[in-house]
Amino acid sequence: MIPEQMRRESSNEARGGVRMKKVALTGAHASAEAMKQINPDVVPVYPITPQTPMMEKFCYFKAEGEVDTEVVLVESEHSVMSVAVGASAAGARVMTASSSQGISLMNEVLSVASGSRLPILMNVVNRAVSAPLNIHCDQCSTMSVRDLGWVQLFAETSQEAYDLTLIGMKLAEAMKNPVMVCQDGFITSHCVEILEILEQEKARKYVGDYNPKNKLLDVNNPMTFGAWQMPSHYMDTKIEQQKALMDAFKEYPKAAKEYEAVSKRSYGFLEEYKMKDAEAVIVTTGSAAGTTKAVIDRMRDKGKKVGLLKIVLMRPFPYNEIANVLSKAKAACILDRAVAFGGNAPLYGDVMQACYSLNKKPKISGSVFGLGGRELYEEQIEKIFNDLLAGKNTEEYVK
Amino acid sequence: MNIRKIPAVTANNVQNSPIDNSVQKTPKTTELSIKEFSDMESNFAPGHGSCSGCGFPMIVRTVLKAAGKNTIAAVATGCLEVTSTQYPRSAWKIPCIHSLFENSAATISGAESAYRALKRKGKVKENLNFVVFAGDGGTYDIGLQSLSGMLERGHKVVFVCYDNGAYQNTGNQRSSGTPYSAHTTTTPVGKAIKGNMLFRKDIVRIAAAHNIPYVAQAAVHNWQDLFEKAKKAFSANGPAFLNVFSPCQLNWGTPTDMAIDISKLAVNSNFWPLFEIENGKYKLNYKPSSTAPLEEFLKQQKRFRHLLLPENKQYLENLRKKVNEEWDKLLKQCNEGA
Repeated sequence: MIPEQMRRESSNEARGGVRMKKVALTGAHASAEAMKQINPDVVPVYPITPQTPMMEKFCYFKAEGEVDTEVVLVESEHSVMSVAVGASAAGARVMTASSSQGISLMNEVLSVASGSRLPILMNVVNRAVSAPLNIHCDQCSTMSVRDLGWVQLFAETSQEAYDLTLIGMKLAEAMKNPVMVCQDGFITSHCVEILEILEQEKARKYVGDYNPKNKLLDVNNPMTFGAWQMPSHYMDTKIEQQKALMDAFKEYPKAAKEYEAVSKRSYGFLEEYKMKDAEAVIVTTGSAAGTTKAVIDRMRDKGKKVGLLKIVLMRPFPYNEIANVLSKAKAACILDRAVAFGGNAPLYGDVMQACYSLNKKPKISGSVFGLGGRELYEEQIEKIFNDLLAGKNTEEYVK
Repeated sequence: MNIRKIPAVTANNVQNSPIDNSVQKTPKTTELSIKEFSDMESNFAPGHGSCSGCGFPMIVRTVLKAAGKNTIAAVATGCLEVTSTQYPRSAWKIPCIHSLFENSAATISGAESAYRALKRKGKVKENLNFVVFAGDGGTYDIGLQSLSGMLERGHKVVFVCYDNGAYQNTGNQRSSGTPYSAHTTTTPVGKAIKGNMLFRKDIVRIAAAHNIPYVAQAAVHNWQDLFEKAKKAFSANGPAFLNVFSPCQLNWGTPTDMAIDISKLAVNSNFWPLFEIENGKYKLNYKPSSTAPLEEFLKQQKRFRHLLLPENKQYLENLRKKVNEEWDKLLKQCNEGA
């Protein structure tokens, strides 16, 4: 069950008298703004499209003296995450960002970060992976690292990219676990939207000071970080890591609730959009949720009972909450902006597993869309809803 | 723990703040007797699992004696790491981090950057030294990119390569630090091919090409030289790199009590010259009064034994030629007469 405060019915109601600064920013700049407000101790930087404007903006803040972060301009993404690991183990607050090939290159270090329980915040801008080379949006690379022990939060808009960066930093440090905040390349990262940002002091106060108990730099209490383990210990460590990651189910609602108190914006594991009586449901994540909402509004005007289930918390995956929401639907289409070669698309597979325990299952089909930046049109979403309402399977690929 | 009397020289342990640009004077090690040196507190504990007669524990202890207590170490995956950090034990009495094979330089770059940030914010009070230990695989090969990045960015870190001439932790596979003609499991001596047919990568000059303040080559048997070089490295105003000869009895095929002798022969035969490059200036640190025959060095080691067979004379001469060329080049760079 989702606690009542974790449900989010989207609305445009006024923000209860909280003064908020409205700004026009791209998703990348919105995340950079949140990073600036946090003013982390160390930020390793390496350029990759479409993440680059985020780090460019952060380096601009550094050059202007708006942050006093140690910016480390490294020679690869492998070193980005390696510097992040060294700095975080040392006791510093660490943030960075990457995309696609960069995520692939740093893959083995991602496991070191999570296996060492280091609270690094990485903004990921979703982009396709080679070959063929493609710099545009899909979620294949991000999904390919979803089982490496990081918390994954997916943003739909610039607003969410900003908010989740602040929430994610607090969450990472509360859990002692690294967090990825993912936004869609170009669609979110490069499109200007109006968003509300906190006053700097409020943002900084929300995230709080960072003073970890165990620090590599503590020479008076010397510790060895990264000791290797034989079969006698390794498995127990991994079980503990799995338990620790599941703490997100407790810590994320806490961090989100505290954030709601300062921002009047609430975040849950999921966002339900017009789901109360929805018979046909699209389940997706990221920017496609926005297009889906527009279609839902139009179809609702014609009396069609359609709704959206948007997944915000991708890892750990909220199986029970998703099953609970889908138990009331007649049919659902899982829309993946990713493929998993030789298997079910990532989100589709996860949602199918979530629904396995339901006595009364909705008819579930899965469609892959938007690979390498292929557009998703409202008409295509409308067709999916109409297929679901007609009891038909949706098409395997939305082309 | 038995904390012994520390001789006066350690009071001069150089612990520059990374922001401090002053170059401190290097203490003279000639004042230090072998007794005093061995009595100095070592922050690398006994009881680790390295092979008997292995070279690197002596290198680590010597470097850490020069570094002092307030030092943060990173180790690359390899022999040193697996023999000193098996959970739940650790041989490290100073803070130590292991992340992966190729990223020890980047990992320590992160720790050193964190130090700059936290020192500025008053969250760290002490002046700290930073040191990396990696084998030749983690330095010459897979670790070269992150090492280059660390040197280029100017992190105040001492990177120590314990060079045992191959991937010894995985059982003696060729690295780009493997000497010419050496037998390894991936360059076995066979009927058609006589071991490693490539010459070593010139890692010391590659490090020096980053225009860092201090680069040196040392060998495990000469503790005074290594200690002094480590002191200079830690007092350098920027990154420093030490390449240290580290015999591997297991895979070089030498008796377990020969590490020091082999190391001496390597230097006395001009196979492994002791030199340093301080602010771009080359200096030869040791010149054998009479050069030992290369064969004396080679014949002690199974990995080179085939070179002494008459049918392989050509390979021996190839190696000798290279050693002589390198020695002559070095003498010129050091402004030394032949």
